[in-house]
Amino acid sequence: MKPKNPLKLDGAQPLSEKALEALNHLDPSRRDFLKTAGIMMIGIGVGAATAGTAEAQSPLNPSGNIDNTQLDSWVAIGADESITVFAGKCELGTGMKTMQIQIAAEELSVPVERITMVLCRTGVTPNQGLTVGSLSAPTQFGNNGLRVAVDTARDALYQLASLWLGVSVDQLVLNDGVFSASGDPAATVSYGELVQGRRFNLPVNRSAVPNNPSTWKVLGKSVPRVDVPPKVKGTYQYVQKVRVPGMLYGKVVRPPGLGAKVQSIDKGVVNGLPGNPQVVQVNDFVGVVADTEWHAMKAAAALVNGITWSSGDTFPNQADLYTFMQQQPSRNALSVNTGDVDQVMATAAKVMTAQYRYPYQMHGSLAASAAVVDVRGATGDKATVKAWSCTQGVYNMRTTLANLLRIPAANIEVVFVEGSGCYGHNGGDPVTQDAALLSQAVGKPVRVLYSRADEMIAGEHYGLPMVCNEKVGLDASGTIIAWDYENIEAQRGGGAVGTPGNNIPGYLAGFPTTQIVPSATPPNNPTNFNNGNNTVPPYVSGSVNGVSFYTGTIASHRVLNRVVAGPLWTAWLRSPSRLQNTFAHEGIMDEIAASLNADPVEYRLRYLSDPRLINVVKAVAQKANWETRPSPKRASPFSRSGTGRGFSCYLHQTNNGYCAMAAEVLVDESTGEITVTKVITAIDAGPVISPDGLNNQVEGQVIQGISRTLYEEVLFDRASSRITTKDWRSYVTLQFGGVIPEIVSILVDSRNAPVAGSGEITITLVPSAIGNAIYDATGVRMRQVPFTPEAFLAAKKEQKG
Amino acid sequence: MATYGLQVNGQNVSVTIDDADTPLLYVLEQNFHINGARFGCGLGQCGACTVLLDGRPIRSCITPVSEAEGHSVTSLEGLRAHDKLPDPSDLHPIQEAFAKLQALQCGYCVAGPIMQGYAFVRDNANPTRAEIEQALKGVMCRCCAHTRMIDAIQTYAQEKTR
Repeated sequence: MKPKNPLKLDGAQPLSEKALEALNHLDPSRRDFLKTAGIMMIGIGVGAATAGTAEAQSPLNPSGNIDNTQLDSWVAIGADESITVFAGKCELGTGMKTMQIQIAAEELSVPVERITMVLCRTGVTPNQGLTVGSLSAPTQFGNNGLRVAVDTARDALYQLASLWLGVSVDQLVLNDGVFSASGDPAATVSYGELVQGRRFNLPVNRSAVPNNPSTWKVLGKSVPRVDVPPKVKGTYQYVQKVRVPGMLYGKVVRPPGLGAKVQSIDKGVVNGLPGNPQVVQVNDFVGVVADTEWHAMKAAAALVNGITWSSGDTFPNQADLYTFMQQQPSRNALSVNTGDVDQVMATAAKVMTAQYRYPYQMHGSLAASAAVVDVRGATGDKATVKAWSCTQGVYNMRTTLANLLRIPAANIEVVFVEGSGCYGHNGGDPVTQDAALLSQAVGKPVRVLYSRADEMIAGEHYGLPMVCNEKVGLDASGTIIAWDYENIEAQRGGGAVGTPGNNIPGYLAGFPTTQIVPSATPPNNPTNFNNGNNTVPPYVSGSVNGVSFYTGTIASHRVLNRVVAGPLWTAWLRSPSRLQNTFAHEGIMDEIAASLNADPVEYRLRYLSDPRLINVVKAVAQKANWETRPSPKRASPFSRSGTGRGFSCYLHQTNNGYCAMAAEVLVDESTGEITVTKVITAIDAGPVISPDGLNNQVEGQVIQGISRTLYEEVLFDRASSRITTKDWRSYVTLQFGGVIPEIVSILVDSRNAPVAGSGEITITLVPSAIGNAIYDATGVRMRQVPFTPEAFLAAKKEQKG
Repeated sequence: MATYGLQVNGQNVSVTIDDADTPLLYVLEQNFHINGARFGCGLGQCGACTVLLDGRPIRSCITPVSEAEGHSVTSLEGLRAHDKLPDPSDLHPIQEAFAKLQALQCGYCVAGPIMQGYAFVRDNANPTRAEIEQALKGVMCRCCAHTRMIDAIQTYAQEKTR
């Protein structure tokens, strides 16, 4: 009955031992399947599959890459009916693994339990870049992502079933991975029978049509996350718990002041200490390795006294940071420029200006970062590396390690293992470099676990500070006619782009850091609209070459982004730049409305043109029982003194989800203490993939946003070039026992819109919503984060005397 | 060198170690491969390393192993067995409440809220939300699942008294 295979299903091919080892987390049945079925995911197999391509022949990396264009790189169906899916967006604690399982289960019409999801291993999973920027969901649902790959498999299975059962595709009924012919329910064939553990050998069809969202059974449902039970049971293996036979324990000894150099080192200070400590020095990178964590800690503590360091970099005073930033030469770029801003601004009846400032902040991951790296053979073409890392990009990390260790990328395997929530580029990438340097020096696998101070002082890269200069022109009727915005952000180093010196350990080991080259000429006008950093406010039309791309109506606008070299190491932190820019835009908008005695929501709506943004604004206003009136609130016997409400809204990035928020606060004007009592927020990020998962994201972002708005700031000392926020006492965050606000979240389920991101969208609005609420309550405008009691009292004194 | 006898998740074990100050967390991690007590700060400030010492939540990152001598240590893995419930590899009811409410994001911190919440509910029947919130002082969650964690502990408390 079975016809000739029309789909070129290939015969089995054994996996390499290396590949099997890489899959060692899979349960035995899956492992055996992969072994016998010979899925070709790995190394040499792929080299053969892609022979003739430039990549396959590259002497730099002849193997270890996965061909994203091939279906077999994404989906493997075993004769035992197992379905293994390989994807490249990692689980950072947001439910991304479960979301990817949902995609596969939905499109293949099987229960989620049928899917084994393998994520983020070089040489095993497709290279999907970094798991960052609220881009994972849009990517996996887009035409380069997981869904079209799974849909390609689904379509192939339909064709095979049609031939097998001798009926046309539209006569097939699919249920739980078993096809039957309509009218003859006894005639069935399963996925496993159709594929028989062989390869599809088909290209991914980028135009494969997804299942109609109106028929969703798995997507759109609150599927419990697969990682939650082992996490609460305690058995889950975070990267901090990876144990490798023969593994040693490493600690780093960082310069006391940022930028200090080793002048002399007495490695003998660890002699005689227990655990056979070995000191490793590579230029200004210093570490120690011993047989246990505690011995390594003791040796590191001793080693501190054996090193003489030079003095460190010259910092500005903390209080002068924002002035310092404005004085530095900058690298300039325009996001939009309609060319008429100066001219229109000159005709304005009133010009509103304000400067908003945002500090260095930490990711402040709960875990100190850790990594395990096993470098064998020191360096060169014969050396090999295996790294277990919580990096957001395994392939990027492979490039970084290749450059750091001078070992070909093809010899390096990077396995993603989850750490604690990172919220961006925390210490996960740097600590992987640290472990790699130590392992290379001692020739054994080394786990490095940062201390809390290591993580906070010289492990993680901070979220960047920003100075935001707003200038908005109004005509005599109070209508905005021109918007001129400039931001200045300070950077040093950056995220995982393969350059060791852009992270702290590589820099210490002597690798160059990418420098910020100030612009020598005025920036060119943009040729396309890109609002990835939300530099462009939501109230302008976002016009490029006369075409409007954004959510507002204000025609005359200019947005200039200036990047300067800053003193502290930076990289992306949840909603990088977007949060800072939005704090300024939504603050000045509130200031303008207040200056005109206009209601902040009504005034915003005057300029909004995008119906989906308008929709979330109205949804929040309604849910919040928003009282139409200007801010600040007038004293009234009917309302509690010190209470107020603030509004904020935007479209995330260029086109990555809509959000609106109302925050309610209680301000004690005598002490300056600010309490957020309630937050009402609406999100429209396209179809809701998991209502409960999305709510969890919204709730977490609201509370994390409150922490960042009210408390968090990296502090440093000019005299010693030291970071002084080094633990959870000095780096203040929101704690249990403080007031957790009531959170009301409205999820707009736009089933037919493209899938957008939701990992950063809500937090972006929190500082401005709170700042605007404080103004409503008190008439005091908070233009600099964090809104500490001292900062409030100072602003009050300055503004009200 | 000194040898310390203790009970880890119901099993009598001993560890020979050269430094009595070695924190219990590192012994649990390295000698007994415990994953449920996790290093967060090493300063007793965050709660990720919380275990029960004779049923009382402690921070294993600042508790010397010598202090555990002769005592029982329970990590997340052993909580169900600690209450002598059948099928020790299943979730403890408080862990079930956390799973049911998806009361975490990354989950790295959960030893803090679960262990602290477990002991608080054991000692205080029918706690209010505000009481639970106060009881969790000293543990941290940076993904900020605070609301759900409080809900989960309250759910557990309600089901326990039912």
